[in-house]
Amino acid sequence: MAQRVLACTGCHGPQGRAASDGYYPRIAGKPAGYLYNQLRNFRLGQRHYGLMTQLLAPLSDGYLDEIAHHFASLEIAYPAPQPATASPAELRRGEALVRDGDPTRQIPACASCHGARLMGVLPAVPAVIGLPRDYLNAQLGAWRTGNRQAQAPDCMAEIAKRLATTDVFAVSQWLAAQPVPQPARPDPSLPAAPPLRCGSMPAKSGPAAPGQ
Amino acid sequence: MSLAMAFPTTRGLRQALISLIVLALGLGSGVWWLNVRDDGVATDTAATPSSNPSTLAQRGAYLARAGNCEGCHTAPGGVAYAGGRGVPTPFGTVYASNLTPDAVHGLGGWSAEQFWRALHNGRSRDGRLLYPAFPYPNFTRITRADSDALFAYLGSLPAIAQANRAHELRFPFNLQVTLALWRALYFRPAQTPHDATRSEQWNRGAYLVEALGHCNACHASRNALGASASTLDLAGGLIPVQNWYAPSLTSLDEAGVSDADSAIRLLRDGVCADAAVSGPMSEVVAGSTQYLLPDDLQSMAVYLQTLAVGSPKRAQPAREAASTLAGSKLYEDHCAGCHGIDGEGVRGVYPPLAGSRTVTLQTPANLVHVVHEGGFPPVTAGNPRPFGMPPFATVLNDDDVAQVLTWIRQNWGNRASAVTALDVRRYAGKR
Repeated sequence: MAQRVLACTGCHGPQGRAASDGYYPRIAGKPAGYLYNQLRNFRLGQRHYGLMTQLLAPLSDGYLDEIAHHFASLEIAYPAPQPATASPAELRRGEALVRDGDPTRQIPACASCHGARLMGVLPAVPAVIGLPRDYLNAQLGAWRTGNRQAQAPDCMAEIAKRLATTDVFAVSQWLAAQPVPQPARPDPSLPAAPPLRCGSMPAKSGPAAPGQ
Repeated sequence: MSLAMAFPTTRGLRQALISLIVLALGLGSGVWWLNVRDDGVATDTAATPSSNPSTLAQRGAYLARAGNCEGCHTAPGGVAYAGGRGVPTPFGTVYASNLTPDAVHGLGGWSAEQFWRALHNGRSRDGRLLYPAFPYPNFTRITRADSDALFAYLGSLPAIAQANRAHELRFPFNLQVTLALWRALYFRPAQTPHDATRSEQWNRGAYLVEALGHCNACHASRNALGASASTLDLAGGLIPVQNWYAPSLTSLDEAGVSDADSAIRLLRDGVCADAAVSGPMSEVVAGSTQYLLPDDLQSMAVYLQTLAVGSPKRAQPAREAASTLAGSKLYEDHCAGCHGIDGEGVRGVYPPLAGSRTVTLQTPANLVHVVHEGGFPPVTAGNPRPFGMPPFATVLNDDDVAQVLTWIRQNWGNRASAVTALDVRRYAGKR
């Protein structure tokens, strides 16, 4: 399978890769349901990146599911966290939003869906630790402008719109500076129901991937 | 020269004007006649039926696969056959219509006769002329019986109330009169004649390739007005806007069929021992030819084989020594891992580059696309878990791509022209 998906690792690299036109995020160890949703979204044009859409166009849902499961199963070390460049006050604000949210603006804590360890939750919620802050800023920004769309109801779009720009910066600064906890795997489930209805959760996964 | 000098008398002027009006009327009626003749006349020669399912709609479902109707008439991520996909042309974008039986937006209010007229004469139900981005210059050859089967199949689909999107065409291409002139010059309703000197299999192949398959819509070059020399022309052409080259099916130096088995495998599985489909052809295999009956694929191969001829040996371009070292290093670093240090590839997985007809095509357009965008062959029953090629657009710059392609095109006995950085920029898509 690894040989078959050289088309993917060429850009995404083992730990993600920065290139001239943006950042290709890490895909190793992400929940299979999340990866499958992203692959489908790129193929359908809900996420916009020409190279991805073209690559995935001739593939079936079943094969996308197999590809997703393959990358989900990889265990590759994470790079060291990025040192924060924000002020201590901003970082405290970022941490507060991540752990507690802001009830006055109906912003739920990131941890309430992404897991207490922020390493994601099976089957389809990704980790938010272990990503560069530029990438976090770009994705939250894309949800605000509608450039990135998840399956309806799009909970991340809702949340991103409720966040102020300064909130986004604070959150991404704090998250990118956190070390990746061990084991670096998503939690098997959430302790309580998620605060928002979310079309991507649980994932509408395709047929079960064949053992590989 | 003033008007007064050209026509010294008012009588002369009046005569000239009258001649001009008569001429305009004559031309106008000629254009009108050329557009309305054969309208709705179901002069139908019996097409040779293949071993198809019994009911009309079931047969129509199969024919829709052969014609790949769903491919154009479905928006990306949209409901099948509800329309909305844009076909890019040099004149603007033409949007495919809703073919579901919705009474307002689709074919719900149409009759089989009107549907036949759309296929055969490129005319909508209200008499409006259709744009040949809908390849009715090829579909005109579809028989009335097959048209009825297609109509029955479309009528059996769930009705989707999706409005048709207006075309985005530049002036004057958005005018019906321009279209009428184009049709007068380039379109004739036709039937595929039955050739009694050839086998039934050959005739079936001719019908599939010329009519339903509309292979000519891509595999022929088009003039500035977007017309091909003939709807039987399969001598290859650059697909406008997308800049992929659909190779000649009549030349053995390009994609002419010498080995029917390989051709069948390629159409059915998307890969054969020495080649794989890519770009727009990937879509054709994925959506259409992988579903064709073995008999039909055989017929198409038999027909195409009779068209394929060798061409006079092209002048061998000189090998450019200067680029050899750089190109060779790039190949070793980025390509040899899959395509082999001797360009031998891996049978059925990584196409060989040595002796490859794709590599030595005169235009390097497809090579530029493949190196930039990478790609997977389509998922088919015969190739359910394809091996993919990574995109190199973010790894290699234009000069690198030019050098490695030049090296590939001139090594291992390949003799094709060099590729320049300008070529790469010209053929690469939006980046």
